[in-house]
Amino acid sequence: MLSDITIGQYYPGRSVLHRLDPRTKIVLLLFFLFAVFAFSSAPAYAILSALTLALMLASGVPMRMMVRSLRPIMWIIFFTFLIHLLSTPGEALAKIWAFTVTREGIEQGFFISLRLVLLIFLSSLLTFTTSPLALTDALERLLAPFRCVGVPAHELAMMMTIALRFVPTLIQETDRIMKAQQSRGADFTEGSILKRLRALIPILVPLFLSAFRRADDLAMAMEARCYHGGEGRTQMKALHFATLDYVSWGVAAALYGLFFSLR
Amino acid sequence: MSIEIKHISYTYMPKTPFERQALKEVTATIEEGTFTAIAGHTGSGKSTLLQHLNGLLHPTEGHVVVDGVDLLPQKKSEKKAARAARMKVGMVFQYPEQQLFEETVEADIAFGPKNLELSGEDVASRVRESMELVHLDYERFHARSPFVLSGGQMRRVAIAGILALRPKYLVLDEPTAGLDPRGRKEILSMVTALHRRKKTTVIFVSHNMDDIARLARHLLVFNKGMLVADGTPQAVFGQTDVLREAGLRQPHVMTLLRHLREAGLPLERTDVLTAEEAEQAICAALKKMRGEKS
Repeated sequence: MLSDITIGQYYPGRSVLHRLDPRTKIVLLLFFLFAVFAFSSAPAYAILSALTLALMLASGVPMRMMVRSLRPIMWIIFFTFLIHLLSTPGEALAKIWAFTVTREGIEQGFFISLRLVLLIFLSSLLTFTTSPLALTDALERLLAPFRCVGVPAHELAMMMTIALRFVPTLIQETDRIMKAQQSRGADFTEGSILKRLRALIPILVPLFLSAFRRADDLAMAMEARCYHGGEGRTQMKALHFATLDYVSWGVAAALYGLFFSLR
Repeated sequence: MSIEIKHISYTYMPKTPFERQALKEVTATIEEGTFTAIAGHTGSGKSTLLQHLNGLLHPTEGHVVVDGVDLLPQKKSEKKAARAARMKVGMVFQYPEQQLFEETVEADIAFGPKNLELSGEDVASRVRESMELVHLDYERFHARSPFVLSGGQMRRVAIAGILALRPKYLVLDEPTAGLDPRGRKEILSMVTALHRRKKTTVIFVSHNMDDIARLARHLLVFNKGMLVADGTPQAVFGQTDVLREAGLRQPHVMTLLRHLREAGLPLERTDVLTAEEAEQAICAALKKMRGEKS
């Protein structure tokens, strides 16, 4: 049922990737995502693919779970491949009705699909190895320099933290209300679409009521503890860069150098 | 007729790092017409067990059988019977007032019977009947919004919503949680009246050992997903080690009599459950003492 859903996709562990500072992970992810788009030579792709595969193995996250993260965009990958396959002009290999399959098309389709797969795997690596709270923490710290141009870094991070904090609570709540209404004979799985939509009312009304009540309580509790924004707040678990982080920056910089030389 | 819990185990989120076994090899029988209490510390598996009683959860292993029908149908032909068996068990969740959603008290209570596809008249008569059972005046309350009522009244509306299904077995998860003393008393006396008048089998979870001692005739104690005690309240409350292990205590009257006996009062028994019984026991002991002196 609903209680079986994991929040985000954090997979607890002690791998090198888990131990990296979340700020390092976010910045390096951005760098590598950029690299995936900027360096389109075959050797660069080979290196990037090898790197992604190595990181996936190093993360300790089961391959099955990693591959499952591709599922939502499987069709996009498939159609992108198909379109490139059939619409790229070049040396013809086969003819299917009005379309021509070309060698360039296969190449192009393959690279575009590989690009998408790499994007997903690299981003998943971040979310698999970083707890949602560490992520928001890192975002707050990374956005802090932009405060002077009006980016409300602390408020954004606080909003994200609160939202994340309440996702499991609301899921539990939904589960409980659903079960309560099921105990009163409600059925959410059968009937026409209209009937099923109508069946949502007994869930949504109590859910909204409780969400508002919780928001109210939380605001009260925060004010009672003198919360007044991020000014001068310290953190219980402050982020620190360690040797591992410096090493990974070094490796990333070296790889970038290599990519440039391969252009 | 009874609810039979046969060797059930339940695991939350199996095959993930978050796997947690909530119930281990639980076997118990709840006879029709009894008043059964379930006690246990937070996270002991009580709520998980309750959800098995009306098929909201199905055991990972084992079976739950209501009046001879397995709640998890093995064949398609058994599906209808399983649903009927599930509807025999009325489930009042913790803080049931949080499941109210309709605009009027009447409409909310009618939600259950309407799902049973009863006729309009039947629904209306059931609403009246169950409002009466929870001591809510139909004329005064039926057209009001449930959200303007007091906490105790809201809870009674919610319970009426379950009673309107005419359950043979009524399951209540901490029915008095968060109520003031008056609200608690109202809810408990209502449940006892229901048990006596309608012969409804009651199964309730409570953290209040005194309520359990006063009301229940059968007590199940859970600890870490296992059933650690099953018997009459007298017998179970006598097992002080098991209780301590499970993070529970004896009812106050029992503790009082135990201390009195330790202090030298010649009490014949300490396994009393109500204040009245305790009074009799103490009076008898005092008489005996006076008799010995003179």
